[in-house]
Amino acid sequence: MRRNDNIIVLGEDVGVDGGVFRATEGLVQEFGPNRVVDTPLAESGIIGISIGMALYGLRPVPEIQFMDFIYPAFDQIQSELAKFRYRSGGQFVCPLVIRTPYGGGIRGSHYHSQSTEAFFVHTPGLKVVIPSTPYDAKGLLTSALRDLDPVLFLEPKKIYRTVRGEVPDEEYTVPIGKAKVVREGNDVVVFAYGAMLHVATEAAELAASAGISVEVVDLRTLLPFDIETIMASVQKTGRVIILHEACKTCGFGAEIAAQIAERSILRLKAPIIRVAGYDTPFPLVLEDKYMPNAKRVLRAIEKVYNF
Amino acid sequence: MEPEISHDELKRLYKLMMLVRNLDTRSLQLQRQGRIGFYIGCLGQEAAQIGSAYALKPEDWIFPAYREVGAMLQRGIPLEDLMNQYFANAEDVQKGRQLMNLYGSKSVNYVTGSAPIATQLPHAVGAAFAAKLRGDKIVTLVYFGEGATSANDFHAGMNFAGVYKTPTIFFCQNNHYAISLPVERQTATQTIAVKAKAYGFEGQRVDGNDILAVYRTTKEAVDRARSNGGPTLIEAVTYRMGPHSSSDDPKRYRSNQELDEWQMRDPLVRFRKYLERKHIWSSTDEEKAQEDTNRQIDAAIAHAEKIPRPSIETLFTDVYAELPWHLQEEFQELKDEEVGR
Repeated sequence: MRRNDNIIVLGEDVGVDGGVFRATEGLVQEFGPNRVVDTPLAESGIIGISIGMALYGLRPVPEIQFMDFIYPAFDQIQSELAKFRYRSGGQFVCPLVIRTPYGGGIRGSHYHSQSTEAFFVHTPGLKVVIPSTPYDAKGLLTSALRDLDPVLFLEPKKIYRTVRGEVPDEEYTVPIGKAKVVREGNDVVVFAYGAMLHVATEAAELAASAGISVEVVDLRTLLPFDIETIMASVQKTGRVIILHEACKTCGFGAEIAAQIAERSILRLKAPIIRVAGYDTPFPLVLEDKYMPNAKRVLRAIEKVYNF
Repeated sequence: MEPEISHDELKRLYKLMMLVRNLDTRSLQLQRQGRIGFYIGCLGQEAAQIGSAYALKPEDWIFPAYREVGAMLQRGIPLEDLMNQYFANAEDVQKGRQLMNLYGSKSVNYVTGSAPIATQLPHAVGAAFAAKLRGDKIVTLVYFGEGATSANDFHAGMNFAGVYKTPTIFFCQNNHYAISLPVERQTATQTIAVKAKAYGFEGQRVDGNDILAVYRTTKEAVDRARSNGGPTLIEAVTYRMGPHSSSDDPKRYRSNQELDEWQMRDPLVRFRKYLERKHIWSSTDEEKAQEDTNRQIDAAIAHAEKIPRPSIETLFTDVYAELPWHLQEEFQELKDEEVGR
């Protein structure tokens, strides 16, 4: 925001309150209420006016307070935001970054825990980015703020406070569209993103004690996803686990599984297994049974390893 | 009472109304002949559109719905460009992607519209908000029908405009029908204009078939917005004399009698009589104008019809600023299919 005065933050409670997760804390004090705007309560309005601002040449960063509340804005996102460049023949563009906390693990029940990234990956014209570490959060957000296309930036709320890491003060970017091999291994690969990335690495460590060498890949961008890194890990290991907390049916894992099956069926030594949330609304008291944990992932690892 | 418009300008406006009227008739014919795929026109709404668009400066932005042929031509979008879009040919700046009249032109600040109803209202508010932040003295004008006032984004857009006092003109063409639903069953309020009260600003009702009244009312709202007076809702009372679109048959839901009554208030006939009473328009002028406009339309059709379709590459470009790997692959698949053909 210091570097680019076209960036305007807007959303419910982002100003004076600093955001319900304090993600925008201190901004209105530094940049003033014309650049950090507390909006009325209407998600379609927040995204709709952001589109108008972006068309005019600003770089708005609208926040949707919880991904669970994004649906009134879905028409604006799918019908307008994602299509402006295409439908106008490139005359009108609206690059902006929608930030929203997503995912479970905070005892939030149905309406504060959803992971519905699949709806948005199914929307041509959008980019969908999910950091899993503080370093990547800053780097990916910086990239998103400079991207020429609209970006949905999903923030795994479980790890706002529980994952710590070094974040350099100076400016840097992490490229959109590139996955990262966070742990190398030879026997099995686990593809994950968001809060589940840490479940994957925990499972990999448990697997190592059992003598299984597990590669862990943080996908980081779901649209467009990094097919090269994915294929390299499949080629290397031949055994694939895809992990996400979003519910299984038509979750993002289904897309990756189909891509892998289409491109390297002969390389596979075992079926592709998805470890995912159950196909239910996100629960409250049984949240710890719903969310994939390291033990559940380890069972899947052992299954493909022993196939 | 009469706005200060030169005689030449008055005649130009009338000729433009005639061009739009004749274009409407011809385009519906083209669709029936199978030469274009679809048409959605503004028969009967010429005064509402041209009069309002005329009140804007070039630096102001227009956010249309999908019926605003009159506004587009008044704005300076060339008829030839529109016709290219109707024929979805390779010269269409939108590369044959959108249905007819879902059009936009950056060079005249006319923003490409979409089919979903009322989504353009928050866009107009956002652009006005951005202009206000930047200190640019422009206004935005957004077109929509009375049906749109029931939709979610009418509420969102009007509310944000009221709260932020954006320089936005909400121009509602109450043409009495949302496809088949008459306005009396669209809303329980007596007028559309009264709805502005719920959002903290003024609503004004105007005879949408009187081009000069529309111009004056819009100009007042525009001047007010430009001098930080905030938004206005204008309800232009008019009538959709034609079908909703080339896919609609209004005889299924409205009477000929009602149409006849509104034809007595035809905006072209009223303006022509006004010009004749001022002795600046004769029957010779009328004949010549009919010939000129029809010749212009014929020439545009003749040119547009000859141009081939856009290339298959245009299926994949502009989804993103650059072609991502998965679209490159899909494009290659289609190219392979074409070669194998």
